[in-house]
Amino acid sequence: MPKSGSTSTISRRAALAGISAGAALLAMPRLGRAADETIRIGFPTPLTGPFAAEARDQVKCAELAVKLVNDKGGIGGRKVELLVRDDKLNAGEAATRTLELIEKDKVHAVVGALSSAVQLAVNEVTRARGVIYVSISQSDTINEAKDFSKYTFHEALNPHMTTAAVARQTLKKGMKVAHLVADYAYGHEMLRGFKRAQAAIGADNVGEILHPFGAADYSTFMPRLMSMRPDVLCISNFGRDQANAIKQAVDFGVKQQMKIVVPVILHNQRLAVGPDVFEGVVGGANYYWGLEPQSKSAAAFNAAFKAANGGAIPTDYGAYGYSGVGSLLAAMQAAGGTDTDKVIDALEKLQYDLTKGPQHYRKCDHQSVQSVLVLESKKKSAMANDNDLFAILANDSGSDDMLRSCSELGHAI
Amino acid sequence: MDLSLIIMQLLSGIALGAVLVITALGLTIVFGMLGVVNFAHGALFMIGAYAGLYLASLTGSFWWGLLLAPILIGAFGMLIELVLIRRLYGRSIDDPLLLTFGLSYILVEGVRIVFGSDGIPFPTPPQLVGVLDLGIGFFPRYRLFVIALVAVVLLVLWLTLEKTRIGLIVRAGARDPTIMQVLGVDIGRVWLAIFGLGVGLAALGGVLAGPMRSVNPEMGSLVLAEAFVVTVIGGLGSIVGAVVAGLMVGISISLVALFAPEMATIVMFALMAIVLLIRPQGLFGVRGRTA
Repeated sequence: MPKSGSTSTISRRAALAGISAGAALLAMPRLGRAADETIRIGFPTPLTGPFAAEARDQVKCAELAVKLVNDKGGIGGRKVELLVRDDKLNAGEAATRTLELIEKDKVHAVVGALSSAVQLAVNEVTRARGVIYVSISQSDTINEAKDFSKYTFHEALNPHMTTAAVARQTLKKGMKVAHLVADYAYGHEMLRGFKRAQAAIGADNVGEILHPFGAADYSTFMPRLMSMRPDVLCISNFGRDQANAIKQAVDFGVKQQMKIVVPVILHNQRLAVGPDVFEGVVGGANYYWGLEPQSKSAAAFNAAFKAANGGAIPTDYGAYGYSGVGSLLAAMQAAGGTDTDKVIDALEKLQYDLTKGPQHYRKCDHQSVQSVLVLESKKKSAMANDNDLFAILANDSGSDDMLRSCSELGHAI
Repeated sequence: MDLSLIIMQLLSGIALGAVLVITALGLTIVFGMLGVVNFAHGALFMIGAYAGLYLASLTGSFWWGLLLAPILIGAFGMLIELVLIRRLYGRSIDDPLLLTFGLSYILVEGVRIVFGSDGIPFPTPPQLVGVLDLGIGFFPRYRLFVIALVAVVLLVLWLTLEKTRIGLIVRAGARDPTIMQVLGVDIGRVWLAIFGLGVGLAALGGVLAGPMRSVNPEMGSLVLAEAFVVTVIGGLGSIVGAVVAGLMVGISISLVALFAPEMATIVMFALMAIVLLIRPQGLFGVRGRTA
């Protein structure tokens, strides 16, 4: 078959030419393209599924952070672009999207992910490709030495910080505590945090019930929780699970017998089930718009968000999108571009205050040291307006003491 | 283990089962009579919850929402049958399945566009807020109401099917539509009414579930899976099967939750697998029946 033989020769030559041209193209961009090229930030987040409400707020706020930088002329004259991808709350989907963002869209860094499993998947991919990843998931397994890399940063609060702050406000020595926990990484981490805090305070554990992730009905757990006769019920789950679990606990009259406490009280879920259900529930938070009388940064962030979103207020998870992208862009500004090592160095040195007061990334594990709020959901009659959801019980300012030590996480220092 | 705790757990299983029964019932009736596997059943359940919430806020009373939403959505179901499903009778069973599957996406997206993808609070009717002291423990009044209402709906449905002329026509139509047509019965009208009834029951399930769970566009997807499990266990097309299997699944979930809470969701599927191994046609299904 001479004909096919000749074509194969040509195609081999063409292929070789193509490969070398491709190799040259691949080698060049880092040096040549940089000057007027836009800076691209990948942003995987679960736009569909039970955490969609939180994810959408993240996107709005991340876009705001990008817009504010672009309005001031970008970074070193380069415009910033946010590439949002739906991770569908699925680790496999997230890994594929992140790989695409890195290989195809050539992003300079990745910010995002909400669920703990998804965060781990994104971190796997970015770590292997040497791309900076700022996580805004409230789970901190990626800060532990086995999953950590110098490219890994964690902007969100972690279970240890929130549970300790909430426990300090709600538990006393000798109190009986029961737990209803979502049976996956996030729930397990929160349970571990609460048990540690409760041991330190001297409260007694009277029982733990693990529930399947994403359950719609919690009624079957209630009789047993009531029979444990605790003083405090800690409900450690997320998104709609939180709303459904609290609503059904209230239906069963749980609040007459015990106080309901959550590691992280969610703005959108409080809106989804109304003030009567959430009344008196206490939980931790990274941000609440009502911080504005105490914090200039909060007031400025609220104002910028309102201006960009028709007068709406930013939510807790929204603030993560803003500070996650904002801190990364500030570091790029300081590093004068997107050179990965320089940006990492700048992030490690960065002192930033974007939404609520001073924050910085701890050197050993890149966890953001920041303040923790403890909020209590207000009674309907005590609300001044529709946005007046929570009373601030505590605003613990950030310190390294709040975190598990570097050596406990397995880092050598 | 405490006996009163087990009784309370049984009761919450029955309440859970009641909602399963009402949703599975619509699915199984439509399949039994029309041979249509309605994949939009979960989406229509969700639409029912939204309609109930909307009508309740419009009239200021949950009871109007509970009464009107199933009727309105049932009428909407009849429209779906008339415009879409009707054209697919006599074709492969996959065709209406794919059609309703696509329809479910349209309905869910439609609700996302109109009401947003956040959940909306559906307050419990004020008369049924709080718990009732049963002597051995407290149980939410609303859930007791759901059990009672579902029992009444089942009774009415059974009486209609077994004791009235309409019921006779419906039962005969399910067995042999051709003979019915020869006898001068407009079978098309019967099918229209049956599809409307099935959708109305889905909507009723949605309104009933609203005050127990938060109302959101995705609330139907889990319900669809549960309803299918129940119909498969009970036997596709069997009304008695849907009732028995619904309660069985509810009670199994509840009792397993007592001993191994993390297994509570899986038990439903395990039950289905066991039933399929022993009786592939389901508990009350007829062997070899296709439609």
